[in-house]
Amino acid sequence: MLDIATAYNKYGFLGNEFLTWLWFMIETGQDISQSVKTKDPVSLEIGNSLILENTLGDNAREKITIKGDQAGLEEGTTALKKGAKVTEMNLICKLGPEEAYQFTIKGDSFNITGMKTPAAAGDGSADEIEGRIIEKALLVFRITQVIDTLFFTFLAQRIEDDWKNKGFDQMRSWIYND
Amino acid sequence: MGFLSATQSMSRYHILDVFDTEPMEQVRDGLIQHAIPTLENEYEEISAGWTPFESPYLPDFEQFSFVFGTYFLFSLRIDKKSIPAKLVHKQMAIEIEKKKHASGRDFVSKNEKSEIKETVMDVLMHKMPAIPNVYDVLWDYDAGNLFLFTTQKAANEFFETIFFKSFNLKPVRLFPYTLVETRSAFSSADKDRILTLTPCHFSR
Repeated sequence: MLDIATAYNKYGFLGNEFLTWLWFMIETGQDISQSVKTKDPVSLEIGNSLILENTLGDNAREKITIKGDQAGLEEGTTALKKGAKVTEMNLICKLGPEEAYQFTIKGDSFNITGMKTPAAAGDGSADEIEGRIIEKALLVFRITQVIDTLFFTFLAQRIEDDWKNKGFDQMRSWIYND
Repeated sequence: MGFLSATQSMSRYHILDVFDTEPMEQVRDGLIQHAIPTLENEYEEISAGWTPFESPYLPDFEQFSFVFGTYFLFSLRIDKKSIPAKLVHKQMAIEIEKKKHASGRDFVSKNEKSEIKETVMDVLMHKMPAIPNVYDVLWDYDAGNLFLFTTQKAANEFFETIFFKSFNLKPVRLFPYTLVETRSAFSSADKDRILTLTPCHFSR
């Protein structure tokens, strides 16, 4: 393995491209379930925040933050046209008919903040604590497994020989509304 | 934001290697050996160690379990004394005035000021209680998967150091590169292809 700090800086762009790809998948109504090949249907929506960054000359960066429950994302697509990538996004992920998760994920670190999982059953009494812990652990592992599977699906497409003609061109057409 | 809170923040780790012997005993020993001291060291600025998930302020691993189903769950507690700068300024001003009065001079030298500052910091550090911060750790040993429920850089660094000291296992922080290296099913050839990728540019 490469030195961790070097690898973090060198390959952070893969996480940002992944989030940009997720936005493309959501906006173009692509079947996420097909991508992750799970038994239960998986659906994704953009939540209440989206942050994009564009590297300008001399290491300067332009940051575009869109926040709000019903915020329009037009400024985001404008930023994409100027070369920005998504660096952080809030997602609502539904697994099956009942499990809804909401969280913010950062592209370079894959750190997750503000994660809301479905409520664990029980009244919080000491007797039930073990059950609540196990249920919560299962929920946390399940959602991170979905994120990993989506990331690996993106990477599998990204290294395909026809990425330029398929994935890349489709994303560019979406960005430019061709 | 703890593990059972309504919302959580978390960073993820892959644990390289496994124990040679029974993991539960090894984890228990590591947690007990590196538990946070019950009695606060009055002169230490930072003290950190493990504590049971259910008992963050009484680190007793004999009384409280760290095993829940097939998972290990415990907490990292970091106690830190932090002295407000304004309090230091105030105490310095008082001590400088005392020094001037005692010496009969209307000034104090640079060296004297340094000595006064050192004494003031020592006294305040001794008096100031440490503020505890508790971060939960969820470990699926069999899968080599671990969550630290914080994304604070300092807490992550403490965790990595204490975890290695306690269990002699290296926690590898998961981010795009390490996810591919440690948790993906990509072949070596595919991993090589991923590592040669360069950023794509969508702008025309």
